[in-house]
Amino acid sequence: MAEILSLHDAVKQFVNDGDTVALEGFTHLIPTAAGHEIIRQRKKDLTLVRMTPDLIYDQLIGAGCAKKLIFSWGGNPGVGSLHRLRDAVEKQWPQPMEIEEHSHADLANAYVAGASGLPFAVLRAYAGSDLPKVNPLIKSVTCPFTGEVLAAVPAVRPDVTVIHAQKADRKGNVLLWGILGVQKEAALSARRCIVTVEEIVDDLNAPMNACVLPTWALSAVCVVPGGAHPSYAHGYYERDNRFYQAWDPIGRDREAFSAWIDEYIHGTPDFSEFQSKLARASEAK
Amino acid sequence: MTYTTSEMMTVAAARRLKNGSVCFVGIGLPSKAANLARLTSSPDVVLIYESGPIGAKPNVLPLSIGDGELAETADTVVSTSEIFRYWLQGGRVDVGFLGAAQVDRFGNINTTVVGDYHNPKVRLPGAGGAPEIAGSAREVLIILKQSSRAFVNKLDFVTSVGHGEGGDSRKRLGLPGAGPVGIITDLCIMEPEAGTNEFVVTALHPGVTREQVIAATGWELRFADNVVVSEEPSEYELSALRDLEARTAAAHGQAPGEA
Repeated sequence: MAEILSLHDAVKQFVNDGDTVALEGFTHLIPTAAGHEIIRQRKKDLTLVRMTPDLIYDQLIGAGCAKKLIFSWGGNPGVGSLHRLRDAVEKQWPQPMEIEEHSHADLANAYVAGASGLPFAVLRAYAGSDLPKVNPLIKSVTCPFTGEVLAAVPAVRPDVTVIHAQKADRKGNVLLWGILGVQKEAALSARRCIVTVEEIVDDLNAPMNACVLPTWALSAVCVVPGGAHPSYAHGYYERDNRFYQAWDPIGRDREAFSAWIDEYIHGTPDFSEFQSKLARASEAK
Repeated sequence: MTYTTSEMMTVAAARRLKNGSVCFVGIGLPSKAANLARLTSSPDVVLIYESGPIGAKPNVLPLSIGDGELAETADTVVSTSEIFRYWLQGGRVDVGFLGAAQVDRFGNINTTVVGDYHNPKVRLPGAGGAPEIAGSAREVLIILKQSSRAFVNKLDFVTSVGHGEGGDSRKRLGLPGAGPVGIITDLCIMEPEAGTNEFVVTALHPGVTREQVIAATGWELRFADNVVVSEEPSEYELSALRDLEARTAAAHGQAPGEA
């Protein structure tokens, strides 16, 4: 059964230094508040897994929480580069960071394998590509029935996955809809799973076949309204495209970035205070 | 009507998408061209985005690959793992529509690094969905602006395979799809030459000279025996494109990103 906890307590209890952590959400429902809380609690030596690192991992990497990144597309969507990610890869700032690079199909299959309790995923991929030359974990396997040579990649098995969703009920059953990405697979491939939600309701009223994660498959559910900002929560709020653009000059400069982290993350006790501070700063402009 | 070279590129790319075909769309230029096709010559084209929407009919162009607009206008929304497993690898995609940072004469694509992988000059975003789209779609269209920095003699990194080393090398690699059948740029259209599978210029956009295209290409570019001149964008095509861009700018409060 999932415990209904504050985000502070959930991160404290379920995210440990050195863990392999997946914060998933494909453009939609990105668990930003949880990323902030991991930074606030100064977790370190994390191996971060995520198909699209996005701003959330730019912040975690720049804040020095990560020793390794497993990913398949690292950019600021619609804007350009993730400068903290690039600075870590190109100039080892704030610390050296190992990267393990895949394609989307590979990582999506690797999450499925993880959720399925299998050691590896098999897919038709990578023939002729240079990616296997730089990622020794991309191997091949010969089909015992047809003889076809296929790609084999290790399953993703995070110590902890964090996702954001629209709703939970009071028992901690979670409902999400819209662009689902690999959220269900990421949740079920992990040893522990934290879900932040927009709200807790008496009854999910979930349509049959809706994407519901049962409480007994989760570790903690935390109510964090707006917790996916600047990404969006379908039915609740839109993507804040301006924040993605505003992040570019902050992320581009080490000092501007560090000042932002100090003021907005370490300078606030929780996500709700962070949001108030951000709103005040935006009004002052 | 006067038009820009970018508009010519988008219109030329949109014309390549057959009505009723199932198209796996990359974000940015491919998404713009594919939606222009849907709004003009190919109303029944089925657009699939890697975030999960199948049959998306966005009224404004998405800024990110997972915008809510794509989900709301789709016939169905499935998980990203299902998109890649059932729909792409399962062999249901007719056309993969891709952009690129660098492309070579065989239509191989680099979106990973400029320079050495372990000591990169420029770290690009990486593979995303492109390698498997390039591998498994029945055919592939590539759209990007032409310059000698993008059209290179040798890729720094092969992220997604086109025709490999040319000739039958793609077939020997065992890739199921036919590979890239067109590269559409702001100057011209290139298609693979029969046999060698080297991309040669088959159409020049109006007013573009051979010298201009040669200067914007990093390999010793060849031209097909019969090079045609692309048909100018019609008023219908241009107004559909401009309306789409105006709606997009109004919705996002900015010009649509081409990242």
